[in-house]
Amino acid sequence: MKAPDFSYEKPTTISDVLALLANNELECQLLAGGQSLMPMMNFRMASPGTLVDISNVSELSGINERDETIEIGAMVRYRELELSEIIKAHCPLVAMVLPYVAHAAIRNRGTIGGSIGLSDPAAELPAVLLVLDGKIEITSEKGIRLEPARTFFKGIYETSCEPDELITKIILPKKHLKQKFGFHEIARRHGDYAMAGVCIAQDIDLKVRVAFFGVADRAVRSIAVEKLLSGNSDLSEQLIKDAQNALNDIEFEGDMNAGPEAKQHIAKVVLERALKEMKNE
Amino acid sequence: MNKTAQIELIVNGEKYFENVPVRMNLADFLRNKLGLTGTHVGCEHGVCGACTIFLDGVTARSCLTLAVQADETEITTIEGYETDKNASDLIKNFHKRNALQCGYCTPGMLASSIEYIEQGNPPDRKKVKEHISGNYCRCTGYQAIVDAICTTIQERQSR
Repeated sequence: MKAPDFSYEKPTTISDVLALLANNELECQLLAGGQSLMPMMNFRMASPGTLVDISNVSELSGINERDETIEIGAMVRYRELELSEIIKAHCPLVAMVLPYVAHAAIRNRGTIGGSIGLSDPAAELPAVLLVLDGKIEITSEKGIRLEPARTFFKGIYETSCEPDELITKIILPKKHLKQKFGFHEIARRHGDYAMAGVCIAQDIDLKVRVAFFGVADRAVRSIAVEKLLSGNSDLSEQLIKDAQNALNDIEFEGDMNAGPEAKQHIAKVVLERALKEMKNE
Repeated sequence: MNKTAQIELIVNGEKYFENVPVRMNLADFLRNKLGLTGTHVGCEHGVCGACTIFLDGVTARSCLTLAVQADETEITTIEGYETDKNASDLIKNFHKRNALQCGYCTPGMLASSIEYIEQGNPPDRKKVKEHISGNYCRCTGYQAIVDAICTTIQERQSR
């Protein structure tokens, strides 16, 4: 259970990181907080040629408030998000979810860029980005591009990020007045990866976005559930039941915790609980 | 090719300069290079929490941290909790309440407990359980651990 052999680089600027990534011979792997990468290396699921530690790149730090968005540097750790007044005020869904993201010691090290870049199907933040319609700023030597969350996540540990690209920022829209959010997850042990979880955002015009995690090959939205819930100001018991029954448009996948049928069942349970909590707010 | 690195760090108040293989994790560095074997290695993939230490004031899994990442940081391990973290009352309460079964998790349990108390959290059993959830292993000693943490907070409050 030790990491395989590799070389180590610790650049201090984005351009130095990009120069390393552009060199194919180095077989680079970015190291942010390392809270998923290190176990994967210890299990020998990952064996990079060169580990590029980006923790000293100051351009990747900081949480900044813009006119309509909050920009979060890729190296911002969960703990910093938890303590941030900006996040509390403008990204309440992120604040709701954070206490469920792994354990305190992991949150002290793990980063938002790492979580988004890994695209673990059971991680919370990709689902948060989906329902908030967040964007990912990706930088390479060719320039900077903005990718919407809805096209970014491709599958298990797979994103639209190319090997020579670096996630530099996560951009979230600020909460609008009267916007409502819901979240619920079920895990065997508090802080463990969820067996199933859901994030919900209801806009002022009652448009609803619903994304599940831990149930498929990546965080996924249920368009059927969204259609059913959108336009309703009252989350009645009947509506919640109908929403549960509509949850058929996701290709549920099993894991070591539960099979596909069980996943679908748990997804319905978390959906019901999240909606009821929103109703009682 | 940088396969080894020179690192400089403070561990339990003492300064160290060491040459380490870059693939060496912090837990192995503390145990094998510095002889600080109080930090336990359980699962080596971040689940059991036995290797939890303080890195620049906050808890971290030393099995998920490379020694080279700890360059220019300050580390506190169980060997330093009584003196550097002033946690002798917590340790006394762990002892008094027999807050362990086999004791393998204790170094990590203490780290998480100290962090919970230092953050000024209340003696709330539910919150304590959530905070130490990353250190659960498989024994039956947890109620006593929660007792020891809550007692320590109450004693400090009444002081």
